[in-house]
Order: sequence, then structure tokens, then C-alpha cells
Amino acid sequence: MNTPAATHESTIDLKPLGPQHAAWVLRLADGSLVLSQRLSEWCGHGPVLEEDIAFTNIALDLLGQARLLYSHAGALEGQGRDEDAFAYWRDESEFRNPTLVELPNGDFGQSVLRAWAYVSWQCLVWGTLAKSRDTALAAIGAKSVKESRYHQEHLGNWVVRLGDGTEESHRRMQTALDYLWPYTSELFHLDAVETAAMDTGLAPGLDRIAEIWTANTNATLHSATLTVPAPTPFLATGRQGRHSEAMGYLLSEMQALARAHPGARW
Amino acid sequence: MYTQAMDIPEGNKAPLQSIEQGTASADFDARCAQGDFIEAKDWMPEQYRKTLVRQISQHAHSEIVGMLPEGNWVTRAPSLKRKAILLAKIQDEGGHGLYLYAAAETLGTSRDEMIEALHSGRAKYSSIFNYPTPTWADIGVIGWLVDGAAIMNQVPLCRCSYGPYARAMIRICREESFHQRQGFDLLHAMMQGTEAQRAMVQEAVNRWWWPVLMMFGPEDKDSQHSEQSAKWGIKRLSNDELRQKFVDAIVEQARVLGVTLPDPDLKWNAEHGHHDFGAINWQEFWNVVNGHGPLNKERLAARVQAWDDGAWVREAALAHANKQATRSVAA
Ligand SMILES: [Fe+2]
Ligand SMILES: [Fe+2]
Ligand SMILES: [Fe+2]
Repeated sequence: MNTPAATHESTIDLKPLGPQHAAWVLRLADGSLVLSQRLSEWCGHGPVLEEDIAFTNIALDLLGQARLLYSHAGALEGQGRDEDAFAYWRDESEFRNPTLVELPNGDFGQSVLRAWAYVSWQCLVWGTLAKSRDTALAAIGAKSVKESRYHQEHLGNWVVRLGDGTEESHRRMQTALDYLWPYTSELFHLDAVETAAMDTGLAPGLDRIAEIWTANTNATLHSATLTVPAPTPFLATGRQGRHSEAMGYLLSEMQALARAHPGARW
Repeated sequence: MYTQAMDIPEGNKAPLQSIEQGTASADFDARCAQGDFIEAKDWMPEQYRKTLVRQISQHAHSEIVGMLPEGNWVTRAPSLKRKAILLAKIQDEGGHGLYLYAAAETLGTSRDEMIEALHSGRAKYSSIFNYPTPTWADIGVIGWLVDGAAIMNQVPLCRCSYGPYARAMIRICREESFHQRQGFDLLHAMMQGTEAQRAMVQEAVNRWWWPVLMMFGPEDKDSQHSEQSAKWGIKRLSNDELRQKFVDAIVEQARVLGVTLPDPDLKWNAEHGHHDFGAINWQEFWNVVNGHGPLNKERLAARVQAWDDGAWVREAALAHANKQATRSVAA
């Protein structure tokens, strides 16, 4: 899994499908990177060795997705930015991940629940990319959907186990669910970038995934004996570049060493 | 691997044997001498079993504790490529821990018992992981020197007498050599970089060099278990032999990297065909083994905290499995 992100399309003359194309790809890339970063904080601290390994593995897959997507966004942009330029040299407001993935880990249950909510969304997005007019992106989606399905299953099993485990685990999971769920509406909010992605044939069918995601996650939450929180009017704004308080800390940690050595190669 | 502490005396004495055991024991010794594998179901002396459980579980604990100093940098890796390599390495080390716990469990001790022994301080892990990783270059040096020393220690164990251990070691050694090359590559890239990067590498090498030499354990003249362990084929080369092989191999690699090994007495001895090196500070070694290293308390506390924080998760998983079992019986 250590394969460097291939600059697979560097030889192809890429024509962006409209001015928002790279921006939409960057949202996906940032989502994968930031969730990977959060999961990797668990390295060496998991509740049981198998889960330590599983979290590291999921973090690695997400990082791989981010690298492919950044390279692709860089090619679309055509300004010579590579994966590290995106990850290390953009400021907070330039990151376009949904707020959900940047929230602090909390306990193991909260970490599981958040990652599961996001990878369940990813599974559906990768699916819509199968019909994308951006064939390079479709290929990334085809590769990633296999990973995300496995993540969804693994994490979903934990949601059920912990929801329907002990009284304490149930209480913790319900608390985490109540905290996290308002952040999920951002995933389905159709702003100009999302609408452009649909209209240009970049991600056809994006408007239909909310319904499927809700049905899928509700089924699992039901098995987990958890109560799905009622919708709230809150709408997170990470994808607009307006982040939670947690984001600044996440980025300063992630970027500190790279930024202390401008121009250095590693 | 981290055999170092197996050479630390524990005062075990072989128990008296019955006549039947005497026959089995002669058979066992013959098989060890022929280089046959002993398998989990085979008769084995109690002392062999105990020594192996101690050695294998120590190695497993080392893999797990070793995830901490590296995990310290995973969120700050300076490029996405290096971050991916580091995550993959940490994942491998966790996997090594798993195979080794599984190999030790074939000897009749459960993973929970072994973990309890670690957390209570009865079981050791490699002292090298009680040293800190203050800079990114430490990640490269751990791969190059710590994994490098581990390979020296472990390759002979791929032919050790206990089958499940030998088989685990074959798989582990393959991955450890990969880690060593990646560590070297990380340092090599930094040495081609800026002045500040080169200085960071040299400073890290200065800190790790002597503790890494200590990973091979006390000098042969001060080492107790070696003779019996050699007979059983669970330690095939002595501490001093392994250390010498390591030094000879690393001197050349350090030259390629362009780093200086911090030992003014290190020089080629044409007569012996080896490198001579300076005296190791064994007081430091024993201090760290006995709990007074830079991070002994922090490393163990981190493991204990992860375990304690995870108690509700493990309890929930068990409770859920029980509910499922009850439901399937009722259905
Ligand atoms: Fe090892
Ligand atoms: Fe290892
Ligand atoms: Fe390793």
C-alpha cells in the first residue's frame, strides 16, 4: 500500500468540466485526508490490537485516496501544484472538507461513528462517479469504492456492537450520535460546486444519494438500538472553507514540520 | 526484535524429572540437535516452554510499544508519501505483535495474561523504545538502525527450534528488512536536502547509536541464558557476535549516507577482519532496563491507558456477542 500516488493522468491533456471541477475534486481529497489524519491519531492507542491495526489500515486507504485526488486536482488546475502543495501549503480557509471529518476524535465510539458516517457517504459518491465524464476520476472511484465498502462494513459492525452492547456503550454511542448527526447535513447540501458537478456530468446523480445514505445508516442505527436524532436547522460550513475550532489545531500539527523547512524535499 | 532482555537472569532452575520425562527429554534434545521443529502439541521441557513464552511475548510487547515512538510522528510527517510509508510500517508492527502473541499462545499462555504481565511491569519489552523521538529524523533512524538491529537478532530465529515462532519470524523478517530500507531511504533523502535536514539526521544518529548497540544485550561474559538457549536453538548467535556483525554492516551504510557514527574508537581492524568499537555504557543499559530510562513510565502508562480506556469497548463487544448467541439459540 506504499505506492506513491501515481501521476497517472499527467500525459493526458485534461480539460476541466467547467470552472468548479478542481474545486469539487479537492473537497473529496480534503475529506479523505482530514479523516485519515484523525484516524491516525489512534495509532498505538486502540482498545484492542486488532482495531489499532484496522484504524491504521483505514487511515492508510483514505490517505491513498487523498493522494490520487490531489494529483488529479493538480493536473486539472494545471498550475503545477502537487499533493504536498495541497496538503501542506494551503491555509485553513482553502481546505474544503466537510466539518464532520475534522471534529475531534472523542472516544473510540465517537471515532467509529464519525468515520462510518463519512465512509458510508463515500461509498455512494464513488458509485456516482462510475458514470462520470471525468474518466480519471471514475477510475479513482472504482478503486476506492472497494476500500470504502470494506470500511463501511467494518465500522458499521462496530456501530452495532457498541450501540447494542452494554448500557454504558449504548449511552456513549447515543451521546456521540446526538453530537455528530447535525454535521451530516453538510454532506448533502447542494451548493454551487455540487450543482455544477451534477450539471457538467462530473458526478451525475449526486442529488439522489441523501435518500440512500439515510436509509442505509438508519437501518444500521436501528440494529444498533440507537435513536436517530431529529433533523436540526444547523448546517456546517467546512466545504465553504469556514471550519470548526478544531481545524486550526489539526492543520498546525500536520503542517508544522513541512512549513518549518520551506523548499526542503523529504 | 528485541531479544536483549531474555538474557537478563531470572533465577529459574530446571525442575526434577521423572523417568518417562527423561526419555521424552532425551528425544526432545535429539530433535533440537538435528534441527527439527518442535510443534505446539509435542512434549517439551517446562523450562523451554517458559523461556519461549517469555522471549516471544517480550518480542510481541516490543512490537506494540514500538508503535508509540513512531505514532508520535504520524500526524506530522512532512510529506504525504512519508506519512503513507510510516502508517504502513506502524500497521506492520501491529501485525508482528499479533503473530507473535498468537505464536506464544500456542504454548498455553493467553494474550490477556501476557498483556497483564506487561501492564503490571513483570514482562519486559525492548528498552530501545524507552528513548524519545523528538525529531522527524528519528523515524528514519529507527527504521535504519533499530529495525536493522532487529533483523540481525531475528534472522537466526527463522531457523529456531519452535515451529510456530520460526514461521512467524520468517514473515516478520521480510517486513523488517523492508522497514530498514525505507528508513535508510528517508535519511538518504534528508542528507540530499538542506543543511538543517542533514544536521537533524546527524543529531538523531548521535542519540540512537549507543542505545542501538545495547539492543544486542549484555556482553557474552555477562550473559546467562545463552548456553541453554543455543542448545535449544532459540538463540543461535551470541550477543557479541550479533553486535559485531551489525557494526560491520552499518559502518558501510553510514558512509553511503554521509553520517558520522559517534564513536572515536570505531575503526577497521585488519587483523581481526572486523571493526573495533568503543566501550558501551552498560550502566545506562541497566538503568533503562530497570525502569529509569527517559520514557519508561510514559510508554507503559500509554499502553495501560489505551487498555483501560478501551475496557468499555471490549466489554460491549463481548456483551453484544453474547446477546447474538442467545438470540440465535432462541430463534
Ligand atoms: Fe521486531
Ligand atoms: Fe516489527
Ligand atoms: Fe519494523
